[in-house]
Amino acid sequence: MALKLKKNKKQIKGVDDQTYLTLKEERAISKANMRVMKEFERKKRRENVDPSEYLTKMRDPNNVVEFDNLHTFFFTDVGTTRAVNGVSFDVPTGKTVGIVGESGCGKSVTSLSLMQLVQAPQGQIVEGSIRYKATDGKVYDIPKVPMNEMLHIRGKEISMIFQEPMTSLNPVFRIGRQLDEVVMLHVPDSTADSARKRSIEMLKTVGIADGERVYESYPHELSGGMRQRVMIAMALICDPRLIIADEPTTALDVTIQAQILELLRNIKDKINGSIMLITHDLGVIAEMADQVVVMYAGRIIEEGTVREIFHSPKHPYTVGLMLSKPRVDQGVDRLYSIPGQVPNPINMPDHCYFYNRCERAMPVCLGPYPDLIPFSDTHRAACLLYDEAAMARQAELDREATVEDVSAASERGEVE
Amino acid sequence: MDNSSILVVENLKKYYYGGGIGKNRVAVKAVDDVSFSIERGTTMGLVGESGCGKTTVGRTILRLHDVTGGKVSFKGRDLAKLSKRELRRMRPQLQMIFQDPYSSLSPRMPVGEIIGEAVREHNIVPADQYRQHIMKVMRSCGLQPQYFSRYPHEFSGGQRQRICIARAVALNPDFIICDEPVSALDVSIQAQILNLMQDLQDEFGYTYMFISHDLSVVEHISDTIAVMYLGSIVEIGDKESVFDKPSHPYTKALLSAVPVADPDYRMNRIVLAGDIPSPANPPSGCKFRTRCPYAMERCAKEVPVLANIDDGHEVACHLFDDEVAAYNAKVKGDISA
Ligand SMILES: Nc1ncnc2c1ncn2[C@@H]1O[C@H](COP(=O)(O)OP(=O)(O)OP(=O)(O)O)[C@@H](O)[C@H]1O
Ligand code: SF4
Ligand SMILES: [Mg+2]
Repeated sequence: MALKLKKNKKQIKGVDDQTYLTLKEERAISKANMRVMKEFERKKRRENVDPSEYLTKMRDPNNVVEFDNLHTFFFTDVGTTRAVNGVSFDVPTGKTVGIVGESGCGKSVTSLSLMQLVQAPQGQIVEGSIRYKATDGKVYDIPKVPMNEMLHIRGKEISMIFQEPMTSLNPVFRIGRQLDEVVMLHVPDSTADSARKRSIEMLKTVGIADGERVYESYPHELSGGMRQRVMIAMALICDPRLIIADEPTTALDVTIQAQILELLRNIKDKINGSIMLITHDLGVIAEMADQVVVMYAGRIIEEGTVREIFHSPKHPYTVGLMLSKPRVDQGVDRLYSIPGQVPNPINMPDHCYFYNRCERAMPVCLGPYPDLIPFSDTHRAACLLYDEAAMARQAELDREATVEDVSAASERGEVE
Repeated sequence: MDNSSILVVENLKKYYYGGGIGKNRVAVKAVDDVSFSIERGTTMGLVGESGCGKTTVGRTILRLHDVTGGKVSFKGRDLAKLSKRELRRMRPQLQMIFQDPYSSLSPRMPVGEIIGEAVREHNIVPADQYRQHIMKVMRSCGLQPQYFSRYPHEFSGGQRQRICIARAVALNPDFIICDEPVSALDVSIQAQILNLMQDLQDEFGYTYMFISHDLSVVEHISDTIAVMYLGSIVEIGDKESVFDKPSHPYTKALLSAVPVADPDYRMNRIVLAGDIPSPANPPSGCKFRTRCPYAMERCAKEVPVLANIDDGHEVACHLFDDEVAAYNAKVKGDISA
């Protein structure tokens, strides 16, 4: 019986590229996962941890956050999803860093890791550090910070704005009550009166003229743009140093999006903070970001200043992405399109993840995963086209191939 | 109108009735007096922000909703006057593709059956050619024929949208309404689907009505463009007129709000104040006046009508009285000359 099952599985495998698991295999995975997850959770829940365990130093004092070789995995019953698979980049103070990439490439998981908000227990940071410099000058290594300590950092110094404000606002409470709660939690010695004052002040800061009325409203009584303003007001209450905005305008109409983007820009200057802006819209990135990180299948494949990325993209994926977006300011008859789709996150290949879709792929690309190659102090891309050693190896392979061709041809008597 | 128009929509109205009784009944004018025509083999883009009535226009044309008023003619025949049987025969020729490729496919049907169900029902091809026909359609939509017996959940968003397109294509339609067909897809997949739609149009001569809130996508795919605001068309014309010479203040603001993927591109952005008013209680006169930077006293009193400011370019705005008069005079002169 077991044998038959196995064979069946193989047959299915032949037809499509997806892997099917037997029930037994699934159970084994699930059991192994339980063990791993339990261990991670135990570490997070420890109390009275000595601060020396999680306090550290920044590599560069001008940064507010440094991601360093971050690995965040999901231990699911069908296997381990490497959602974030070795990501390193910096968020400098006072700058906006844009993160782009296709759906599922790990943008949100990267930012959730920084907040220790990845869905536990299956989602876990398994390796790497995220250094965060707090207002008091202390530097935290977020993955090592125990849960109770994390509460002070989250929401107070780092705030998050999500795509759909309705999911983060409680529909049964008035806006005012929800804002006041945040004030009470984060502003010491606040009274009901002072909280109300602060809440209404914040609503005015985000451009809501009749703050008093909105304060008394329920979320469903407001438009999408208004709700997003309320979310931003909430995020600002505790003077954050860093705002993480995850697709903040994706659910909004363009004219409302223009309002919100302008608001975010003004606010960043006002608080002299940094923004991590996650979006799949290259237009929004071009408009807002100082620096850009391009992710593909859980890894950074290119990063640089906004001009470097848009004016001289290097990685074939970045180039393709730029070409496949229609633009209102220039028409083309036919769009460039990247063929195929992202590989299955559970069975990532050992070589370049973009290989199966890449127009410039060469035999050497089936070798080890490419390193990030620098083009300037700020610009790097992970593609073997820019790797001299790999290109030399490829040239060697090409030569061998021609020699083989020629000798094969001469064997057939086609060449004298 | 001219004979090359495959679809002519005249004064289309669709009201939804909310609470209240008798005179106090609240009418939401989801589509309020919309007229346009689409030439055979071309694409008309319908743009506007959420809730402006784009989808309702599409669904009323297909008679998925009853109309409150107005007339829709397809190939010269008034759809409202067709008998049930005639309408049923006409159905395959008018197809619709939806935004969400996830919910619009039945999870319990294999792909071949999803694509072929209506083909059998309407006897599009003789029974002995059925399988061949489906395979051919799948190939032209970029689906491998061996997917025939697989289920939708095994496919990515882009492939599912291909299945939805194949389902429409299999019926040999003439006219396809595409309602935000690429909005749920990633940029790289979006480009694949847009190219597919263009290829199919080149091959089979389809006429599309392409509904979207994404102006860059609409600009790419359309020949003519209609801009809607709160249930009415405020500007309509061929693509070049609307994009190169946007005239209605709303069109101008909408175009200027689109972020361009170039950090050095600086557009004079017109940031509109305020939100879109509720369609249940729209402003008097011009519905756009509450957000319009140029609103005058007259705008609150008179409803501006859509009128030509140039050949193939119509605008509904009081600012253009002179242009409209000049155009009318020119046309008159041309006729008498
Ligand atoms: N709670 C979870 N359980 C299991 N897998 C998850 C979970 N959350 C995310 N993942 C997986 O992690 C990977 C990265 O997801 P993530 O949400 O970061 O993508 P994203 O880049 O933000 O995409 P999008 O643009 O769609 O928001 C995906 O493969 C996703 O399926
Ligand atoms: S390493 Fe090879 S396959 Fe990967 S992006 Fe570069 S050329 Fe393409
Ligand atoms: Mg996300």
